[in-house]
Amino acid sequence: MFWSVTQSLLEGFGKTAELFALTLLFAIPLGLVVSFGSMSRFGPLKWLVRSFVWVIRGTPLMLQLIIVFYGPGLLGTGAQNLLSGGYDGRFLQLVEWVASWTVHSRMVAALVAFVINYACYFSEIYRGGIESIPVGQYEACQVLGMTKTQAFFRVVLLQVVKRIVPPMGNEIITLVKDTSLARTIAVYEILWNAQKFTKTNGLLWPLLYSGLFYLVFTGVLTVLLRRIEKRMDYFKSV
Amino acid sequence: MSILEVTNLEKSFGKTRVLKGVSFTLEAGEVLSVIGSSGSGKTTLLRCINALETADGGRITVDGSVIFDSERTQKFSKAEQRRNQRKVGLVFQQFNLFPQYNVLQNVTLPMLLQARSRRDDSGRRALTAQIEATARGYLERVNLSDKLESYPCELSGGQQQRVAIARALALEPKILFFDEPTSALDPELTVEVLKVIRGLKNAGRTMVVVTHEMEFARNVSDKVIFMADGVIEEEGTPEQLFGAPKSEKTAAFLTRSYD
Ligand SMILES: Nc1ncnc2c1ncn2[C@@H]1O[C@H](COP(=O)(O)OP(=O)(O)OP(=O)(O)O)[C@@H](O)[C@H]1O
Ligand SMILES: [Mg+2]
Repeated sequence: MFWSVTQSLLEGFGKTAELFALTLLFAIPLGLVVSFGSMSRFGPLKWLVRSFVWVIRGTPLMLQLIIVFYGPGLLGTGAQNLLSGGYDGRFLQLVEWVASWTVHSRMVAALVAFVINYACYFSEIYRGGIESIPVGQYEACQVLGMTKTQAFFRVVLLQVVKRIVPPMGNEIITLVKDTSLARTIAVYEILWNAQKFTKTNGLLWPLLYSGLFYLVFTGVLTVLLRRIEKRMDYFKSV
Repeated sequence: MSILEVTNLEKSFGKTRVLKGVSFTLEAGEVLSVIGSSGSGKTTLLRCINALETADGGRITVDGSVIFDSERTQKFSKAEQRRNQRKVGLVFQQFNLFPQYNVLQNVTLPMLLQARSRRDDSGRRALTAQIEATARGYLERVNLSDKLESYPCELSGGQQQRVAIARALALEPKILFFDEPTSALDPELTVEVLKVIRGLKNAGRTMVVVTHEMEFARNVSDKVIFMADGVIEEEGTPEQLFGAPKSEKTAAFLTRSYD
């Protein structure tokens, strides 16, 4: 029994780790794009992006998962009905086309929801980090003849990174545990696999066992994050 | 021809007129002290000359070339702006060193970036070595040869300010501006910074120093400007201005400063 549980949990953990890694891979750069949007000097863009971030951060991730998973399909069906009902239009065709390929994979739906959600959280951390750099740093760069790009990449960026590593660490640890929400749309991650044994065999320990997986994973991450912080201990921000 | 010519410089922030037509000139090798009470526009004047603010009116000429002219219809290109920027240097009250770079790197970084953008690739290695040697030279002049590897957070305020001076000097500006370079320092640390500035004067540097250190203004400068409410209330040699101020405002300010 122990081995079959272990095997099943490892399989589930694979999904969990995959969701975790892919979410980070896409959300970290996307967050930067979103943060630039939310700091844009073009008012309408800034407010659009900030409202979007507010909606994403202000509603449950579970709700977003469900909407991303079922939403396109339902819209697609609606579009299809309208199309077959004699309505015509490129927009409807587009909706139907989009719906036809998003709905297929539960994993993709989960990933899309996670990436959007986490990109928004990350963007706020980036924004805080960028805005916390004293204006004097930029002014010194300008007076020393640097371009704006040079100032950002050669002077500001590392200071921002130093400031955002701790809050990013918190979010990353939270993400490990948030991946379990994917079971809402039947992505068979580790917790789903563990609960399967509780339901069918009346066992509690597989659940505790899955908790151990989470603990080890977050433990390793905590150590890694500490190391990154340590590497930037040699300087203090102004 | 004067090395610095400021003509009728005007600057407002919203409705507040901060500079109401400031004009003065400075000869090469001279040191100018700018004094005046808080809010009289001294910092704004320096920031306009160093392009951190855009003045609303007037003209600024450095070493014969116009770096700002409100009458000009055609805007300066980005490259021209940076070329103009190179003619002047600014040392801030708060130093603004780059915390993640050590002392030597703080000085070499802007030099390297400029050398690269000018594209005189005489072999990157050789260029880097040459720039480092130059930077070491400037750091020696500000007595920091033993701190090359230190990070800003490991230095006293006086040492940090001396790094900032070396960093600005290393780009060889025609004129070096200082905005209250010792105001953020403890009294015992101001001495070492003022000594460095005095040394630069002896080496023939053209400098403009905004300062509240009246003794320094009196002893080191060739020329003093007293600013009040966005205009130059009085200017002259230190002997004239401190010994026999013509304006009542100047006299009152000096009496207050010596209390
Ligand atoms: N960015 C700004 N926006 C609005 N007002 C400003 C700005 N910068 C300066 N001012 C105003 O301009 C006036 C002159 O300021 P400035 O900093 O030039 O004075 P200062 O002579 O350097 O004073 P201090 O001796 O205190 O440094 C002040 O009334 C200040 O409030
Ligand atoms: Mg000032």
